[in-house]
Amino acid sequence: MNTGFQSVVDTFDVFLAAVRDTLVMTLVSLVVAGVIGLALGLALYATRPGNLLGSRAAYTVLNLVVNIVRPIPFVIFLAAIAPLSRVAVQTTIGVPAVTFAISLAASFAVSRIVEQNLLAVDPGVVEAARAAGAHQLAILFTVLIPEGLGPLILGYTFIFVGIVDMTAQGALIGGGGIGEYAITFGSQRYNWWIVYVSVAAIVVIVQLGQFLGNRLARATLRR
Amino acid sequence: MPALVELRGVSKHYRRADTGETVVAVEDVSLDVHQGEVLGVIGYSGAGKSTLVRLVNALELPTSGSVTVAGQDLTAIPERDRRLARRKIGMIFQQFNLFRSRTVAGNVAYPLKVAGVAKEERDRRVAELLDFVGLLERAHAHPEQLSGGQKQRVGIARALASNPELLLADEATSALDPDTTSEVLALLRRVNRELGVTIVVITHEMDAVRQIADRVAVMERGRVVEVGDVYDVFARPQTGAAKRFVRSALHDRPSADQLRRLREHHGGRIVTVQITDEVGLQNRIDTVWRDTGVAAELVHGGVGEIRERRIGSLTYELTAADPAAVDRALTALRDQGTTVDEEDAS
Repeated sequence: MNTGFQSVVDTFDVFLAAVRDTLVMTLVSLVVAGVIGLALGLALYATRPGNLLGSRAAYTVLNLVVNIVRPIPFVIFLAAIAPLSRVAVQTTIGVPAVTFAISLAASFAVSRIVEQNLLAVDPGVVEAARAAGAHQLAILFTVLIPEGLGPLILGYTFIFVGIVDMTAQGALIGGGGIGEYAITFGSQRYNWWIVYVSVAAIVVIVQLGQFLGNRLARATLRR
Repeated sequence: MPALVELRGVSKHYRRADTGETVVAVEDVSLDVHQGEVLGVIGYSGAGKSTLVRLVNALELPTSGSVTVAGQDLTAIPERDRRLARRKIGMIFQQFNLFRSRTVAGNVAYPLKVAGVAKEERDRRVAELLDFVGLLERAHAHPEQLSGGQKQRVGIARALASNPELLLADEATSALDPDTTSEVLALLRRVNRELGVTIVVITHEMDAVRQIADRVAVMERGRVVEVGDVYDVFARPQTGAAKRFVRSALHDRPSADQLRRLREHHGGRIVTVQITDEVGLQNRIDTVWRDTGVAAELVHGGVGEIRERRIGSLTYELTAADPAAVDRALTALRDQGTTVDEEDAS
């Protein structure tokens, strides 16, 4: 087999499918983890002792779960989650299994980012809302999220880059995507053209995401 | 005057999360806020005044005691009802605490949204409030585009949105320069006079109390140690804390440095006589000097106004051939009810 630039042309349809898979896995995981992570992050913030719905018991449990799951290296998480994937998406390989694993792993990462950004919101504005007679839950949605939106978007952008990284690791369970393309067609065949084209594709995706995130955050922060 | 707020035996103790020790923020405070008045609460930082004001709108609940606002004991009702009660109590803050994600109009509209006021009514009310605080043309600006004084005016408009009977001002002018402070205090005066809103002003600046308050409560280490009409507290402060605050606002008493210089030039005893709006006071003081044979040299002092009444102090150097004559003079003045302080030799 040709290992020169011609190989990139020969496998171009595989490459396009890989880009599509990467984008699908990234975007679906970002949305799912975004929503679940937001809910989990809000729960972490709200139940923190002294906060709106402060409950030491609830916070301790949530905090423990997040702390146990979050540090697991993703390649190990990918393997460990297989039984759950079988139940949830009826398969332990391919794009659905990888997307499921990323969505779950990223939810925990997002939850911390949400929690931290909400903690950074000036407690004074929360107090102002309480003084106006607002309900605790209303304060979460009418004050905390709007006030923390700029940094939250930057946090989501940060997570986006992490998710792109995870899609590549999905190659381990036949996840498709640019990572698998780079490994099976590229490095395993000593075909560096394919590896570098893959790197370039990833760089472009990440740059686009980062650019979009920065723009959105700036529009929100108005600075 | 009927009381709008009644605090009875209110204490607030915290347990510090890190050390577990108990901190006493407010201790056994009984205090009334009268309908329609401006009450100043003054104290140094850590005196418990910020906690006290948060007990009034039940942002904090007391460890013991009762907090009654407009006839309702806030400690005895469920949180749902406390939220409703808070809508009738406005609050402004040292750091303004405006929502940065909302425009000026959006900030003022927030309490109305919370109260479920319909959009047209909300817009009408927001325009009315912004007009009242003189910021109608900045309605669509964002808070970070405003000066400190403008931010506090937005804070005041927001606090007034739901037509509260009571306004709590927590160090509302402490982050502002003196000119802006006077402007904001003047606006609060209008809120009190024109809208009939009762105001509690928390501050560590006796000047603010002097400019705006009808009565003042002095706090020290969690307790209210002195309460009275502003003029009375200025004219006859009873406690050490009140005396220090009065001194900080009236610059008619000699400072330690000035006293030291006075002593270098004057060998006699140096005393400061409190000047009030009592008719014929100056005459009586002069008569005492003459009758006791004391030579009184005026070395420092000043007379001004508080609540449109005369107030001040005069510092004299007293000398006499017979040293006991000075003591007789001081006793005579005190017997007449005049406050005389001997400046300690230091």
